[in-house]
Amino acid sequence: MTPAEPARSPRPVLVPLEDRAADNLRFIRETMERAGSFTAVPGWGGTAIGFSALAAAALASHQPTAARWIFIWLVEAGLAMVLAVLTVAQKAHAARMPLFSGPGRKFALSFAPPMVVGALLTAALYRDGDLRLLPGMWLLLYGTAVVSGGSFSVRVVPMMGVCFIALGAAALVSPASWGNGYMIAGFGGLQILFGLIIAQKYGG
Amino acid sequence: MRAKLGSATAERISKSHPQGPRLAALRGRAQEAVAPGLDRLIHERMRLGIVSALAVNPSLTFNELKALLRTTDGNLSVHARKLEEAAYINCTKMFDGRLPKTKYRLTAAGRRAFERYLDHMESLIRAARET
Repeated sequence: MTPAEPARSPRPVLVPLEDRAADNLRFIRETMERAGSFTAVPGWGGTAIGFSALAAAALASHQPTAARWIFIWLVEAGLAMVLAVLTVAQKAHAARMPLFSGPGRKFALSFAPPMVVGALLTAALYRDGDLRLLPGMWLLLYGTAVVSGGSFSVRVVPMMGVCFIALGAAALVSPASWGNGYMIAGFGGLQILFGLIIAQKYGG
Repeated sequence: MRAKLGSATAERISKSHPQGPRLAALRGRAQEAVAPGLDRLIHERMRLGIVSALAVNPSLTFNELKALLRTTDGNLSVHARKLEEAAYINCTKMFDGRLPKTKYRLTAAGRRAFERYLDHMESLIRAARET
């Protein structure tokens, strides 16, 4: 009878230190993505957008023609978008969260369609010369974008969207001359108010 | 050995460690075991998962963490207690109706430790790229 060979423990697999570090960082990122809401909604950025909307409203209210009024607001929309992208990227970077993966991608994909629809409807209404509905429609569609994107974010974000929708609904049934006032209340007031809340409670 | 490590990595290791990649990898493991600044408490996978999840949430319940990390009650409570003892997380017990509920939060010390750990991992990767 041959004596049994002593059991040999399997040779440990050697992994370079940097590979282990990279693997740990990958694990952290995946766990954060699974666990996290999209928390890179920028509070201070939102507040800055609100103040730029107040400036736009002051300028727009003095324009002699509807075409120039709409031009001011379109410039403001472009400026707001640039501010939003920069401050979202900055906040995500500070939190070491990837911008377009997990909740961030879902947020962007849910936020974008109502904004695209808003741009198309604006073009159509402008072509037909019917600008009366624009303030209400813009508030409603922005609110819809914030509610749907906000379902992947912290609770205060969809709440902000609901407030925009309520304001948009009120604008639709109000006299057209109140349009600029609704724009000030929504894109200025609500944006500043919720921007401050987000900045205070969710880290900037 | 070279095939196992991958040729690029093996080449990088053999350049900086002429004794051979195996010795370098062993040295790496030894360095990791005693590396100053490496927080062994967070380094363990389950505890790293708990801290990572709490870093992106104001608080999480025991059941939320358990589902997220796909672990057992016993495993989670052992690791959570270690983090609690180190004051990296705090634990609040409450009742939701008749059901007991345990909630965890990352403390300021825990967040600092987590950030230190991230910096440490990044510096290891950076150092390896520079060699």
